[in-house]
Amino acid sequence: MELQAVVMAAGGGSRMMDLTYSMPKPLLPVGNKPLIWYPLNLLEKIGFEEVIVITTKEVHKQMNIDTKMKLEMVYIQEDADMGTADALRHIQQKIKTDILVVSCDLITDVALHEVVDLFRAHDATLSMLMSKTHEFTETVPGQKGKKKTGEQRDFVGVDSSGKRLLFMANEADLDEELVIKKSIMRKHPRMHIKTGLVDAHLYCLKKSVVDFLADNKSITSIRGELIPYLVRKQFSASTNSQKTKDDSEKNQKKTDLKTPDIHISSKDEDLLDLAREKSCWNDHRGDMSDAYHGGKLRCYVHIMEDSMCYRVNTLAAYIEANRLAPKVFSEELPIHPTAEISEQSMVGADSIIGAACHVSEKSSIKRSTIGASSCIKEKVKITNSIIMNGVTIEEGCNIQGSVICNQAVISRGADIKYCLVGSGQCIEAEAERNNEVIVGIDQLMEI
Amino acid sequence: MAGTEGTTQQLQNNSSGETQDSKKNGFLQSKVESKELSKEEKQKLRKEKKQQKKNRKDDKGLPKEEKAKKPVPVMDGQQAQQQKAPPTAPVATPEAPPSGEKSGKSKTELRAERRARQDADRMSKQGKKGDPIQLVYTAKTKAPLSEPQPVVKRLPEHIQADDPAVLKKLAKKLERQQAPLSGRSRCVSGVEIPLRSDYGSKVSLFSHLHQYSRKAPLTQQMSLPSTAIHPSIVRLGLQYSQGIFAGSNSRCIALLHAFKQVIRDYSTPRNEELSRDLVNKLKPYISFLNQCRPLSASMGNAIKYIKKEISNVSSNIKEEEAKTTLQNCIDKYIEEKIHLAAKAISKSAFEKISDGDVILVYGCSSLVNYILCDAYERGRKFRVIVVDSRPRLEGRETLRRLVRKGISCTYVLITAVSYMLPEVSKVFLGAHALLANGYVMSRVGASQIALVAKAYNVPVLVCCETYKFCERVQTDSFVSNELDDPDDLIVTRKGKTELQNWQDTASLRLLNLVYDVTPPDFVDLVITDLGMIPCTSVPVVLRVKNVDQ
Repeated sequence: MELQAVVMAAGGGSRMMDLTYSMPKPLLPVGNKPLIWYPLNLLEKIGFEEVIVITTKEVHKQMNIDTKMKLEMVYIQEDADMGTADALRHIQQKIKTDILVVSCDLITDVALHEVVDLFRAHDATLSMLMSKTHEFTETVPGQKGKKKTGEQRDFVGVDSSGKRLLFMANEADLDEELVIKKSIMRKHPRMHIKTGLVDAHLYCLKKSVVDFLADNKSITSIRGELIPYLVRKQFSASTNSQKTKDDSEKNQKKTDLKTPDIHISSKDEDLLDLAREKSCWNDHRGDMSDAYHGGKLRCYVHIMEDSMCYRVNTLAAYIEANRLAPKVFSEELPIHPTAEISEQSMVGADSIIGAACHVSEKSSIKRSTIGASSCIKEKVKITNSIIMNGVTIEEGCNIQGSVICNQAVISRGADIKYCLVGSGQCIEAEAERNNEVIVGIDQLMEI
Repeated sequence: MAGTEGTTQQLQNNSSGETQDSKKNGFLQSKVESKELSKEEKQKLRKEKKQQKKNRKDDKGLPKEEKAKKPVPVMDGQQAQQQKAPPTAPVATPEAPPSGEKSGKSKTELRAERRARQDADRMSKQGKKGDPIQLVYTAKTKAPLSEPQPVVKRLPEHIQADDPAVLKKLAKKLERQQAPLSGRSRCVSGVEIPLRSDYGSKVSLFSHLHQYSRKAPLTQQMSLPSTAIHPSIVRLGLQYSQGIFAGSNSRCIALLHAFKQVIRDYSTPRNEELSRDLVNKLKPYISFLNQCRPLSASMGNAIKYIKKEISNVSSNIKEEEAKTTLQNCIDKYIEEKIHLAAKAISKSAFEKISDGDVILVYGCSSLVNYILCDAYERGRKFRVIVVDSRPRLEGRETLRRLVRKGISCTYVLITAVSYMLPEVSKVFLGAHALLANGYVMSRVGASQIALVAKAYNVPVLVCCETYKFCERVQTDSFVSNELDDPDDLIVTRKGKTELQNWQDTASLRLLNLVYDVTPPDFVDLVITDLGMIPCTSVPVVLRVKNVDQ
């Protein structure tokens, strides 16, 4: 087996608590499919047959994904506060080969073979996917004023071919200056630093990295700690010196990176080195060093330009994804066959109606997503909104640009504009809400 | 008469309503057993098959109109011959004798088969069951009949490209290597090898070769966690198509490394023997690698060696032992044929390099680099002129390695070679393969260097290990070559790429050749691990090698 797929579905969705306090992030509906369906669908389309899904028991109970793949669920405690790297350490025993880690909130239709080809061809330790950021055009409920650049920027440095990852740092980790080591500049005199990239949280990692994580318990997050560490280690002096794998290295400090390619016997590794030495190929030119500058640890990135790639970890991203994902992944009919739609209602072509919905007459639904078992009464106007499952909207309501979560009730005549109505909330009749986040009182208490 | 009887029996078997598949199986079996059959016999078999197909169609039609059919089958037969001729004609013309001889053969054959068909029609009502072994028998009996007739050389199918009939055959062959299982819903135990599609319009002289684009790798069409093909083979294929392993020796070593991994991860299924099953497992891998990048002569010889070693594994020894033996064989092969050969060649070449020499090298040959570095280490004083050519610009690698060693080098492009040659005292060329007629197959441009060197009376020495000696015969660079990605030729200067949309111009073709052949008149000496031999002694070496094996 070449690659094992791991889907991380235990995250809390800390940046969109309003949505996720009642429903776990992997189950948030996007285009009437749970969020976790998208990465699983991506893996299935490519040809994976088995996936390890790291999630909580709650999520699994409510999850009913129809997929031909064999899903191996690994449960972790909800409140264990495990980072992604901790989760990998947890499943270290199950990992037999190189892994492909995907986050549950990734919606993309990228050709994954590009990422994995980099991993294979250059015998890389890490290969990841990044995408150019798209500006979110929709108004986000509850956002006052201009969109704040709350997201700290990532500085990503790539070499002149655009494939090799040389430098990665988050703005939060830097004080005032961006420090680039001279050893990097000596080896790669031309480096392009990009800031407008979104990390898709899709990583191809060698098995030795997982083993390294098992030994090194201080790393908790893949994105936050492991990746920058690996990128830095590419140019560290110890990995570049051609040491033989003897016992002294095993006794070194734990934080030292493992010797690469442990899983191949040393004799075979020599053979590969010999083949490389006799090959007339080099990945750079202008200096006297061999291909890859003799370094064993290599990190690659595939920066995709035109395909769709969203990470649904903020409210804005969630709304945007709801708008665009159904267009790309439209396998089912936009209007579910079991939905009852009365003849005098108007349902726009780009709306999605879930199963067992009930739309009464003279209602108009435009550019919206209605979840399963929702009930829309007469004379309701819904535009640009996301209505989740089990919502009741009484007659005469006007809902625009809003997100209405599960089991909410909007009483008659309410006028909701750009609001987020939390799960199970009830909006009183004739209410007029504009640009508000309406959640329960106990949720307000949560930090 | 014996021959015609044989055909009668054959036709009998087939006109009795045998299904296509079993006939195919029979033919397959006969194919397997017909290793000893010469090319003529194989052609006979093929023609027989075609005749039989026509026969059955006629039989299913109107069995009564036997006499009326006589002129028709003859025409059909001739049509069949003619249909076969055009697809093979453009390919076979450079090599085959004129088609006149071909039609001559078919007339006698047709007469025999007409007679046989009449017998078969009479017997068809009895409907005996066919026996595939009989087919082989008849094939063998056919042998003496066809010997006096001239042989029409046909290029093997893996060389014919673009011809729709041949493409269909190729697809079928790849399909045959597939298991009947398919789909992602089950564990795929069969093998799927997608066909890589050609890219861009080709120069018509080379339309029989494949031209692939590096931006469309074969992995695009395969499932990502490649269960069907061993991951190290997929990795290797990718590395070949992207040029990470380039150069004859490098590719061969990388291939053997991947095979070692395959053998390591191999486990014999029940009721199968390692010696036979492993060879069958390797076949789709080799097809896959061929699709990624056409195999080199060194790789071909290495594969032959491995297959021979695997088939020679005795069935008594345990699997683990067999696997270790095979891996040791591979190591021994690399050690002997590449390492020690390089040392031997370097020793001989050292005698040929004198102090004060100006040596010209072309492109990047691992062997020539090794020789020069070794000679420098042993104390010879010389300087090197490195000649390079677009689009590969491999000379830069040679330059880097030699300069790193301390040798003083000059770097020129091939366009300047006639300017530099008056200074040069000898030319060292590496070889991709040495053909059986003494021609040297090397990187495109090497023949030019040899030609110009000859004009200036500069000795040309070719360094080549014996494992690269190939039984092929070629006198020109057209009939068998490799076409690289045409987009490599496109260059961007000052932000402008003139040829960016070259595909829109209907009359424009880009050609990026990889190899060319140098005639032996331009080569003065070939330095091999067997010693320093003239180019014309290559067939002798091959003969000796075959006797050894």
